Parts: sequence; C-alpha cells; structure tokens
Amino acid sequence: MTSTTLTGSKPAAWKLSQFDGKLFGSAIKTVVVPFAGILVFLMLWSVAAQNIDTSLGKFPGPAAVWEQFDALYQEHSRSREKEAAFYERQRERNAKRVVDDPSYQPKIRDYTGKETFIDQVFTSLVTVMSGFLLAATIAIPLGIATGLSRTLNSAINPVVQVFKPVSPLAWLPLVTMVVSAVYTSTDPLVAKSFLNSMFTVTLCCLWPMVINTAVGVAGIDDDLVNVSKVLRLPPLKHVQKIVLPASVPMIFTGMRLSLGVAWMVLIAAEMLAQNPGLGKFVWDEFQNGSSDSLARIMAAVLVIGFIGFLLDRAMLQLQKLVSWDRDSVTH
Amino acid sequence: MKWTQVFRRAALMLGLAGAVGLHSTQAVSSELGYPEKEELTFGFIKLTDMAPIAIAYEKGFFEDEGLYVTIEAQANWKVLLDGVIDGRLDGAHMLAGQPIAATMGFGTKADIITPFSMDLNGNGITVSNEIWEQMKPNIPKMKNGLPVHPIKADALKPVVEKYKADGKPFNMGMVFPVSTHNYELRYWLAAGGIHPGYYAPHKGDISGQIDADALLSVTPPPQMPATLEAGTIYGYCVGEPWNQQAVFKNIGVPVVTDYEIWKDNPEKVFGITRAFAKKYPNTTVRITRALIRAAMWLDENNNANRPEAVKILSQSNYVGADYDVIANSMTGTFEYEKGDKRAVPDFNVFFRYHATYPYYSDAIWYLTQMRRWGQIPEDKSDDWYKELAAKVYRPDIYAAAAKSLIDDKLASADQFPDFDSEDGFREPQTHFIDGIVYNGHKPNDYIDKFPIGLKAGQKL
Repeated sequence: MTSTTLTGSKPAAWKLSQFDGKLFGSAIKTVVVPFAGILVFLMLWSVAAQNIDTSLGKFPGPAAVWEQFDALYQEHSRSREKEAAFYERQRERNAKRVVDDPSYQPKIRDYTGKETFIDQVFTSLVTVMSGFLLAATIAIPLGIATGLSRTLNSAINPVVQVFKPVSPLAWLPLVTMVVSAVYTSTDPLVAKSFLNSMFTVTLCCLWPMVINTAVGVAGIDDDLVNVSKVLRLPPLKHVQKIVLPASVPMIFTGMRLSLGVAWMVLIAAEMLAQNPGLGKFVWDEFQNGSSDSLARIMAAVLVIGFIGFLLDRAMLQLQKLVSWDRDSVTH
Repeated sequence: MKWTQVFRRAALMLGLAGAVGLHSTQAVSSELGYPEKEELTFGFIKLTDMAPIAIAYEKGFFEDEGLYVTIEAQANWKVLLDGVIDGRLDGAHMLAGQPIAATMGFGTKADIITPFSMDLNGNGITVSNEIWEQMKPNIPKMKNGLPVHPIKADALKPVVEKYKADGKPFNMGMVFPVSTHNYELRYWLAAGGIHPGYYAPHKGDISGQIDADALLSVTPPPQMPATLEAGTIYGYCVGEPWNQQAVFKNIGVPVVTDYEIWKDNPEKVFGITRAFAKKYPNTTVRITRALIRAAMWLDENNNANRPEAVKILSQSNYVGADYDVIANSMTGTFEYEKGDKRAVPDFNVFFRYHATYPYYSDAIWYLTQMRRWGQIPEDKSDDWYKELAAKVYRPDIYAAAAKSLIDDKLASADQFPDFDSEDGFREPQTHFIDGIVYNGHKPNDYIDKFPIGLKAGQKL
C-alpha cells in the first residue's frame, strides 16, 4: 500500500511539472501536493492502525514504525561494537596460539554475529543486482538474435511464453536442489543461499528483457536497415552501429520491467528459502511474534518499497543517459 | 607447564591402551588438540530449548574452544535436517527422534549422531478456547475452583467423540513426524483413550492417520499459534514459547505440560553427521565441551542465570518472542488458563539430573514409540533397539568432553554420571501419566503394555 503511494504520487507530479509553465504553480505541484498526499496517507494509516487489533497487539501506526527504525539503527551500531570486540578477541587468541604452537598460521575469520537490518538491505541489493546483471547478459544478446531472425524467433517464442508467467516460488525448489548438487566446493567463494536467490531472480527477470529486446530489434525502421544493406555492413557492425542504438529505448524498457520483477521476486525468494536479506528479515520477525514484530515488518515494507522506487528511478536516469531519442523515454 | 603436559600424555597413553579395547568407536583421546575445523554454522528452530547454543555463543564458550560459530534460525525441522545432511549446517538443535529416524532410514536416510542431549521437558499441549470450554465440565476442580492437574485426555475424549459424531475431523498439530511432540501428544491422547492413528510406511502411508480419532498433522513451531487462531487445528503440542504465546494472545489454553506426561523426559539433542565427527574429532569434542558449559551456566545456582538467558533469547536473532512470554516458562512457572500460573521449577532442565548425557535408554524410548505407532512396521529384537541406539547416541564423545572439562577444572566429577560404571541406561522410569513403567533394557515388553498401539507380531 505504502509503496504504491510513494511510487505513484511522484511520477504524476513530475509529468505535471513539465506541462505547467508557471514556476510557482509547478513548485506547489512538485513539493506541496505530494507532501500533502503523504501527510493524508500517514493520517489515514494511523487512524486505521488504531482500529485494527491483532493477536500481537494493535497494528503499528507511523509512530511505532518510526520507533522501530530507531531501534533497528541502535541494534546496528551495537552489533558493530560487538564486531570490533570479536576481532579484538580473535587477534589476542591468535597471538596466544602462535606462542603455544609456532607452526600455526593465524587467520582472521569473519564476524559470526547476525546481520543487522542494514546489512540485510545491502545483501538484498547485491543479490538483486547480481541476478539482474546475469539475466541482462543472457537476455539482451538472446533478444537481439531473436529480433534479427524470424526463424529463431518462432523457435524461441513458445519457450519464452511458457516460462514468462512462472512464479519464482515454483522455480525455487528446483534451483535449490540443482545448486546444492552442482555447487560442491569445500571452501565456497559465495554462499549457496546467495546463488539460490540470485538464480531465482535471474530466471524470473530474464523473460521481459528477452521479449522487449526482440520487439525493439524487430521493429527497427526499414530505412535504417536499408542503409546498413547499402553500406554492406558486416553482421557485427550492423548490430553495433544500427541495431543497438535503434533498439536502446525498448531494451531499457525491458530492463526496467525486469528490475521491478527482480526486486519483488527476491523478497519472496528470500522469505521462502530463508536466504539472508530483507525477505528473511520479514519472515523472521513474523515467526518471532513479539509485540514489536509488526512494527518492524512495517518498517521493512517501507524500506522495500522505497528501494524499489529508487531502483526504478535509477534505471530511468540510465535510460535517459544512453538514449539518443530522449522523447522516447517514458516515465 | 611442559612437564605436566608430558606427564598427562604419558598417563593418557597408558589409559588409552586399556580404553581402545573397550571402546573401539572412541574417536578421540582426552588430550585435546586444536579444532580441525574452526568456522562452523549451526542451525536451530525458534524454541527456548535452543538456549545452550545461544548461551555458548554469547558467553564465549565456543570461542574459548577456538570455534567461530554462526547461528542460523531454520524454517522448519525438515529444512534443518537437510541442512545438516548436505553440509550447509555443521550441526543443529534437533528433535531427539531425528537422528534416530535418519539413521534408521525413516524419512531421509543419513548417519546422524548426537554426543549431547540438550534438555529435559519444555513442551506443552494447548487447545483452542472453544475446545477448552467444552473440556472444562469434564475436569475435576480443586477447592479454589481451579482444575486439578495433570489434566488427562479423558476430559477431551467426549469432545472428540462429539466432533466425530458430527462428521467433523478433529485436527491437531505437532511439529514433525518423528518429533518428541508427536509422541507426547500421542501418548497423552492414547492414555485418555483417544486413538491418534497409525503410520504404515511399508504401504506408503506416512500420514499417521490410520484408525485415528484425532488427526495429527505437521505445523512448524512458530506458526502453531497462528494456525490455531485460524481454526485449522483445535490443539497442538509444541515447545516453548509457543504455548505461553497462546495464553498471551488469548487464543488458547495449555492443558498439560510434558513434565506431567512423563516427568523429566529427554527433549532436544545436538545432531551432527557421523562423517563430521570422524573427520573433525577435536572439533566435535570441543563443541560438546562448549555446550556442556552452556548447560551448566543455564542451571547454575538454582536457575540464577535464567533471567539473563531469557534476555538473550528474546533477541530477534534467537527466539525473538517477548521477554515476558519466554520468561514465563524459563524461570520456573507455567501459565495454564489465563491467570492460572503454577510453579513448575523443572519445566526447562538443561543440566541437572544428568540432562545432557546421551542415554541409550532415551533413544530406545523413542524407538518404542516409533514401533508403537507403526513408523517401524515390523517386530525388532531387543538387541536391534540397543544397537541402533548405540549407533546414534554417543556417550563416548560426551565422556571425553566432560573428562577434559574436569581436567581443566571447569567442572567437577560429581556433576556427571560416573563414567566408569555408567552403562547408558537409566533406572526403570515410573513417572508416566498412565503409570506404565519403562525399562530401556526390555523395549518389546514395554510396547506390549499399551492398550492402544501396535504390539509384538502386529503389522498393519
């Protein structure tokens, strides 16, 4: 609910500002109106919250959630202090052991404490970006190839259409089993749980990118294709000079869609597979069932929504940066 | 210092020569080397009886052994067991039945052992408010109007019969097919004449509902209150804090604790794979040492440390429930019906009564219940029970850890069973709710004593 308000109110204001000539009027519309919207939302929220009784107490209102933001930050700084103490103890222990046992190669091990909320936000971001980038490196070349060749398109299309609507939760068990069967290193570079989430994200955000890229490439202006034919550009040059620039807007539309999907998928995957990240945070709090749990979950919901919104904005800026045709960039 | 070491080593060599003959399985000497594997990950389920692991971490007992342990909550018992089997987890807080069933091959087959029993008691059976209202007239009252405890399932029987007559299934939740909770709930129900149903794995029926009056199914512990509230189940058997949570949330009433079903019953164990223990013998003993110290800390000075332990457990990365909810059972009281708080000083026992020693007889009790309810479909000899128990329960590792703690002056010998004479069988146990006596040496005789349950020669 909150995330739609955040993402929904801003673009509307943005659009309006472009059409409104008067500076003052636009300032009201870009700043005051969204602000008022948020304020009304907070009021509605806090009124509604007071009237919802759950078995864990009242539904958290804005004040309770704000308190939890503070508590989560306190936990984070306490955890950092504990971490410093942990390394200090470890150094002392290593030094002592080297005295007793000179052949010992001292090694500093990573802090074993629990990730804090802030750590988990970063874990989720890293996972989603890795999964998304992996998907992009597969999907964009594949999309270009299918866009260029009608035959390939008809061959791949049924597969894409079937896999596109599959929920991440259906992929997850398969991914988990395959990863644990294939990835058997004694000293793994990255955790299995990270790979599970990452591949699930990849599988789900592959398809919008493939489809959009293919559509973009297939829809290139015939004139451009003819120019390439006249110049007798070799295939790679053709892709580089004609196809890519011409289909960038569509490719980026696909990427934006995919990133949105990826972020939603990741939270669900983390929740179900107990992989570190925001999804696990939400699940753990639900399981804890303490009187603060709902407020902490609500805090996580706001953060998830806000990050989703920022990711979308970032992609939009990127799209603007690389598009030759600025007008084609939609909000 | 050097001299004492030389002396100790020489003494050990002599002792070892004798010991090898007795215990060919003994993997370690008590001259403890550095751990072979230092970075470990342990799994747990959000229950108060995971406390020894949390305490060993927070109080630095793991680090004292040179172990760097990460502790991770798991979604359910199946995920946890799979984690230990596939190596994602090095060890875990397990249901006592899990290593036994895994070694036997009921469910996933894997060689899991346990050198350390984590606690005694700690579970309860809770029914929804609706069922409680219907049970109440059947329960004798004390002078002050409160119900007489222990409440037997006899009071529930008419309710179950009414549901049955109306054609409504009487559903109850337990946490895992081989969990203590499953056997305790079955024991309690059967003692009151309610049939909890048989398993027939040889026919592919692992639902455990053949001939059942009450239908039992699996729900992960932290979800029990929510499932009860949703009306999917009418009651459940689970560890703490999920019975007290039902009281706090006003959604159900705990009717009986497992302490009343079987006084001082063995509960969770610490499970690792046999391969792990073989590959990392020093690490295994050091883990056991740290856990023993944690258990001692938890019971020290008549539970003086419990409030601190509750504070640690209420952290969101451990059990995470409210302090008050956890404190209710951990500090020696138990709240039944709202306001009916009674003293149960031994509700959670972590160290007293040799709680941490892995008794063969404890393992055999679980096996008898597996046979009683058909999870073991055929008759087995008494020796089979003993051999399987000895495969899974490893008092040799426990003894090595305990002895080295005594050597290091971190514990005294009188806190442990006498390792020279201990045969791993508790004296015949009498404190069951139905008065039936359990003798671990004679599992087959024991099974035949139950009015409800499979008996010698019976096969579904």
